[in-house]
Order: sequence, then structure tokens, then C-alpha cells
Amino acid sequence: MIDMSLSHVGASLVEERKSSIQIKGQPNPALKCESSSIAGCVSQRACVYCGARVVLNPITDAVHLVHGPIGCASYTWDIRGSLSSGEELYRLSFSTDLKERDIIFGGEKKLAKAIDDLVEKYRPPLVLVYSTCIVGIIGDDLEAVCRAAAGRHGIEVLPVQSSGFAGSKSDGYKAACDVLLRLIQPRQERQPAAGAMLNYLGDFNLAGEAWIISDYLRRMGIKLNVVFTGDSSCQALKKAAGASLNIIQCAGSMGYLGRAMQERDGIPYMNVSFLGLEDTAASLRRIAQFFNDAGITKNCEDLIAEETKRVEAEIWGYRQDLAGKKAAIYVGGGFKAISLIKQFREIGIDVVMIGTQTGRREEYDTINRLVDDGTVVLDDANPTELEKFMLQQGADLLVGGVKERPLAYKLGLAFIDHNHDRKHPLSGFAGAVNFAREVHDTVCSPVWQYL
Amino acid sequence: MVNKENDNFRSVTENPCPMCMPLGAILPFKGIENAMVIIHGSQGCATYMRRHIAEHYNEPIDVASSSISERGAVYGGEDNLKKGLDNLIQLYNPDIIGILTTCLAETIGEDIERISHDYLEERGLGEYPLIPVPTPGYGLSHSEGYFLALKKIISRLARPTSGHQKINIITPNLSPADLREIKRIFTLMGAQYTLFPDISDTLDSPYTKAYHKIPEGGTRLSDIAAMPGAPATIQFAHTLEDNLSPGHYLEAACGVPLFNLPVPIGLEACDSLLEVLHQITGNPIAGSLLRERGRLLDAMIDSHKYNAQGRSVIFGEPELVYAVTRTCLENGIKPLVVATGSRNKNLFALLTGKSGNQLIDTRFLSEADFTSIRMHAKAKGANLAIGSSEGRFLTEREDIPLVRIGFPIHDRVGGQRLLSVGYTGTTMLLDRITNALLEDQQRHYRLNMYLNYFSGEQETR
Repeated sequence: MIDMSLSHVGASLVEERKSSIQIKGQPNPALKCESSSIAGCVSQRACVYCGARVVLNPITDAVHLVHGPIGCASYTWDIRGSLSSGEELYRLSFSTDLKERDIIFGGEKKLAKAIDDLVEKYRPPLVLVYSTCIVGIIGDDLEAVCRAAAGRHGIEVLPVQSSGFAGSKSDGYKAACDVLLRLIQPRQERQPAAGAMLNYLGDFNLAGEAWIISDYLRRMGIKLNVVFTGDSSCQALKKAAGASLNIIQCAGSMGYLGRAMQERDGIPYMNVSFLGLEDTAASLRRIAQFFNDAGITKNCEDLIAEETKRVEAEIWGYRQDLAGKKAAIYVGGGFKAISLIKQFREIGIDVVMIGTQTGRREEYDTINRLVDDGTVVLDDANPTELEKFMLQQGADLLVGGVKERPLAYKLGLAFIDHNHDRKHPLSGFAGAVNFAREVHDTVCSPVWQYL
Repeated sequence: MVNKENDNFRSVTENPCPMCMPLGAILPFKGIENAMVIIHGSQGCATYMRRHIAEHYNEPIDVASSSISERGAVYGGEDNLKKGLDNLIQLYNPDIIGILTTCLAETIGEDIERISHDYLEERGLGEYPLIPVPTPGYGLSHSEGYFLALKKIISRLARPTSGHQKINIITPNLSPADLREIKRIFTLMGAQYTLFPDISDTLDSPYTKAYHKIPEGGTRLSDIAAMPGAPATIQFAHTLEDNLSPGHYLEAACGVPLFNLPVPIGLEACDSLLEVLHQITGNPIAGSLLRERGRLLDAMIDSHKYNAQGRSVIFGEPELVYAVTRTCLENGIKPLVVATGSRNKNLFALLTGKSGNQLIDTRFLSEADFTSIRMHAKAKGANLAIGSSEGRFLTEREDIPLVRIGFPIHDRVGGQRLLSVGYTGTTMLLDRITNALLEDQQRHYRLNMYLNYFSGEQETR
């Protein structure tokens, strides 16, 4: 049984949350997940708009226009570390800044004018118009406004159906994928096979992560067509259907697009992970296997050998100091959580608590398979639960986002930033050593001995 | 003529300056002892605001949400809000709860006054302080949301109180370090006080072995209730309109005399505060404060020639913009662009009224966004920016150094510890400003002089 009491305050966790918390190894019904947050529980989740914005924002040459009140654009202006090798337009945050009169009389005219002004000023190939909560209520017809603007300007103007209340962050991912599907030109029949060329889905080029993977693929002899959506451009995304394979890293956000492209364009997909040495090597091998080419296979093995050799000793060094420490994980999606379990294992750390904001059923099944008995697994946790279980489980460190960081520090725990505004890559072999170094930096810092 | 621009006509905002109204209204509740807040709206609103605030203060910011979903948007969010309050009380057991609305709640017409009334009745909670504050994101900016929440809290909690010695202090959103400094000044002047809101401990809490989900500290409810018995209110909201002014409310409804002063940054503003404190308490100015004043003067003299090179962009919340602009003028730094994301009728009129002929070339921007601020800064040849982290593009794109002050500061540590008020705080702010100018000058000095004056044979350059 899970102890739901909060002994130090004489209160208890919310009863309704109980079905979203489990301990591995105990007879459990299926973990409740993929459901709405419970009011008043201080969920760490964001909204539909947030999910859509995260996925689409890295498109570098698009105007990202938020149709709504100022806050939604204010809180998402250039807060993420997605890098560009070209255009910088995506780093600006545009808003129609709806006011009371727009709520009463509707915001369509203002939106149309905003698009016109932005197109004139920036000449973008693509304008993405994000819907927010009130737009869903006042009933502005984004589709019509966007279609008319696209006709006027001869560019792509696409609405993103991301009214905040209409689901969760994962529904925002889906809304973003729907936009991308509209953008991608469907594969022509009898289009010749592309050879060894793939799309890489679910990497947002934080701190250059997509560049690292792109370099690996190039060295293997595989051409990277386009990344969804890190460092991507409108033109490149349109041509995505020319690839012969989709590899998907962040399955929570991009699995839907991969499946849809398989159905519509006949492009097979493969789930991969470039987090940690083990997953990176295994993923590269599976990609090589897919193309079934002796040259690619040899290049792949050479690359894995060379890169592993480069970082192995350093990681092994950190492992000496870290072995036996206990980690707590609370991240956005299931893919990241799963990869982290393995990555911690590589440096001798056991996971004692693990949860996600928007993990899916099958991801929780995998998590449950991977973790040790006694590990607390929880979905859509809140600060009270995180505090309780991190302390109860004796965690030495937490992996999380910006909101979780101060909680860990106040509890005297080490912390790993696995969020979108970090400034160091965690992907590939280079990322694996960064990760180990970061864990070492925080867990072995001298500051803890003064607490 | 003063050059004013109201950007209200524009159809699109590029890189927003203000944040939304409910964000501002969260902060006063964080400055009350054992308080919690619930945002009546979509789950994301609470999360975005928590993230934004947490990043500035480096403190856990727990804010609940009624998590309205599609169903709630159609049938009303009343059940969600009531359930949210139940859960919030179970998890946090607060002594007071603020209920803030959002765009969504206001647009679907949620009557939070009625819902809170019904809730208290249904749960038998009697006089429990539930404080509803209407804060639609499409209404006013975070600055006004902040003051509206203060006013609502005071008007709800204030009780007829017989006269006592505690002066009411009401501040805009200043750093916890600033609030500690204001308290120190009052203590040195032998003045008792009720500081509201008081985030000096709650949003800059010391590390302790035991973690408190609601951080210790904050203004006591009993002290807020007793504000009508104060000998005076000192409110640092010089530019605030009366309809949002908590100090004005206490004066009009309870007869507490109001001294509505500028934020005490800059020599004159600090002098004004001490004069008022002297007037209210009858106590002489403390000797140690006079020595601090002397040190500020000494610093102003030491730096005046460097400061004379300063051509500044000043942006942010109206109260801070007023105080910083005056401080620049006291030190010979030219304010070229003075901007706020808020709609504020008084700010520019007060500034030009006080220092008109010094601001002839100044560009004033109301309801500004950062693209317009940047454009004017570039056109005017600014070499210094003073404001929050949101001005970082001024440095990245225009190479204008940014002295960080205000909220939010999310790309540097220590926003909560920045001290800028009082004679000592002003000295520290002035040093930060002067040093930014010096660093900029030293970075460009050799090349600039070479490019300007060298006309000999080009060697290897």
C-alpha cells in the first residue's frame, strides 16, 4: 500500500490522485495516466498551446504569431534553447495582444491586419497562427482568416488549433503534427526511392543536438533530409515526404506524425533514442540495419567504436564517484523518462522515483519493466508528492524542469536540468559525457557538505 | 514639446514587454503569511506563471489551478473551482486564498464573487478569507494586476481599528532585498510599520533543514486587518491611478493619511522618504542614514564624468521606470527612451512635470513592445539599457549593455537579491550602471580611438 499521509503536516495526499501513484513490485491496477489534471492539486503540466508551441517554435523562418492576450506570447518568447544555422525569425514572439474590445467584437480583423503587417515586414514563407483559450471561446474563424491571408500573400499561413483548455500538452503536440502534415507535400506516386535518406523526428536542436546526430548520420553515409523541427525551414519541411525512413526520438510529440506519414506517404518509421551511450549505439545500429548496406554498417561500427573510445574513460571516472546514488526523475514525456533510467544505470545510479507530466500508457509499461522493485512511479505529480516521495525514497538528485529545480534545491538535493532552456547538449556520445559530467558536478559539489 | 507615442494603434505586438494581469496578482498573495493562490482557468496559465516567477526568485512557486477543461469551458467552471479549493486546502492548509480569474474564466462569464460566497457557505467556512480578484489577461498588465490584488485584499480584510503606531508601507513589486532595506530604514528611523506585501522572506527564503511548502514570513493577516488604525500610509506608487491605489482606498474609506511617494531610488526620492518619516514620527534623521547619504553623494561625485557619457534606455513597470529615470537625471545620464509595457496616464506627465527641460529629446513609449524599444534605442544611439532581462535583445542585437533591475531576471542569478533602494541601494545601483558604461568604454576604447584618429601608414591591423 502506498502511504498517502503527509506526516509532518498532519494532512494527506488527495485521494483522487492515488490511482496515479504506484510502487513497482506491488500488485497494482493499471496506472491512471493520459487523463485531465485534478483541480487544486498544483499540477506541473502546461496547456495545449504550450505543447503546440514547443513542437513548432524551432521552425526558424516562420512567423510564430499568437492570436490571444499578451501573456501567452510573453511567457514563450525565446525561452528555449533551440538553435538555428540560418534564420532567426523564430526567436521573436508575435502577439495580436487581444483586449477587451476584441473579446466583444471578435479578433478576426485584427488578426488579418497583423498577418499582413508581419508579411510585409519580414517576408516569411510561413506564418503559424496559434489559437489560445479565448479564441476558442469567442469563435474567431482562424481557418478562414489564414486561408484568405495565404491567398493574398501567396505563402503558407496555417492555423494551429491550440486553445489552451481543449485538452493537455499532448493534444498540443497533436495539433502541431496536424499543421506539419498540412505543410508536408504528399509523396507523389511512383516517386523514386530516395536511397539512404531519412527524416529525424522529435529533436528540437537544443544546444545543437540535432547537429550532433546529423554529423553521425553523415559519417555513416546517410543523408538527413530534415529534422522535425530543430533548425528546420519551411521549404525543407515541405519536402519531408522524399525520405525513405522516419526516425523518431521524442515519440510523445512526434509518434503521431510518424504514423500519419507512414499511412499517407508510405514512409516507415523507427523509434530511436540518442540519450546515453547504450541507446545511441543501439539506435545507430538499427538505422544501419534498416538500410542493409555493408558500407553503412561498417561506418556505423567505426563511428560507435571511435566515439565510445573518446568518452568512455571520462564517463567511467564519474561512475566511480556516483555508483550507488539514487535518482528521482520528473520530466515532461515518457520517452525522456525511459532513456534516463538507462542513462543513470550507465553511471551506476538507481532510479527510485519516476514520473512524467504526459507519459502514455505504453511508456509507463516500459518504465515499469525497467525500474527496480520499490520504485515509485507517478503521473502528473505535484510538488507535495514530489517532496514526499523524493524524501521517502532517499533520492540524492532530481532530474526535471525549471519549476522543479528550486524544490530540489530547497530540499538539499542535487538537480539535473533536462529542460528546453538548457545550454548544453545531452544527445549522442557527446551528450552522454555531458550528462555524466553534469550529474557529477551537482551530486559531488562541495556545497552539500555545509547543509 | 514632449515627444509622446502611444503604440496602441498597432495590430501586432513584437516581443512583449508586459506580462499578464493574473501574474501580477499572484505576487501580493506570496507576501502574506501562510497564503495560497488558485488561478481559475486553464491548467497552463498557472504553470506558465509559476515557471516565470520561479525562474526569477529561484524559489518553488506553488500556485493551484482550477484546471478548466473543454467541459468546464462549455458548462462553467464552478465545480472545478470548488473542488480545486477543497484539494488546495487539504494539501496546503492556508489561512487565506486568493482566487484569480483568467481570460478563459472571464470570457465564459464566471462569477467568482458568487462562487466563493457559495463555497464558504456550503463548506461552513464562515468568514474564511477567500479573496476573489478579477484579472482577465486581456484586461490590464501585470503591474495593475498587482495593485488590484493588494486593494482587494485590504478592502476585504481591513477592520475598524483604534489608532496604533504602525505605519502602513505599500510597495510595488520590489526585490526581497529592497524590502529588507526599506524595513531597515524604518527601524533606523524608529518607525513601526506594517509592510504589505512582504515577500522579503517568502520569495527569498533561507535554506533550512525543514522545508516549508508555504515559505515562512509574509505580512500577518492581523496586521493587514489593522491597517485602518495606522498613523499614515506610505505608498511607493507615485504614478498609480486612484482607482487601483490601496493607499487611496485606506485614505478615502478609513481616513488614513496617504503619502504617495516615488520608489526610494535616487537621492531626492530617498530624501523625500526620510522627510516624511521625520514628519510622521517626529524622530530626527538617523546619523547612520546621514552617513549613507554622504557616501551616495561621494559616489555620485566620483562617477559623474563617466555617467555623463550615459545615453540610456529605461523600461519596465511604471514605478521603477519613474525612479530609475529620475536617478539617471540626478547623475547626468540622458534618458533617450523611456518605455513601459503598461498603460499609465501619469508616468510621463509626472516625469515631464518634474524634469521637463531635461527630457526634451526623450522618446516616451507607452504600452511598448521590445521591437519598438529596440528601434528607438538604435535610432537615438543609446549606450546603456536599464530594465529586466527581457531587454536582452538590446545587448544581443544592438550591443547595448543591459543593467538588470526589476522583474523578471531569468538569465542571471540573484534578481531577488538585487538591492537598489535607499541611499545604500542607490549607491549600489549607480555603481552597476557606471560600471556597465566603463566596461563598454574599455571594450571599445582602443579600436575606437584607432579608427577615429589614426591616419598613419596601416601596419598589421
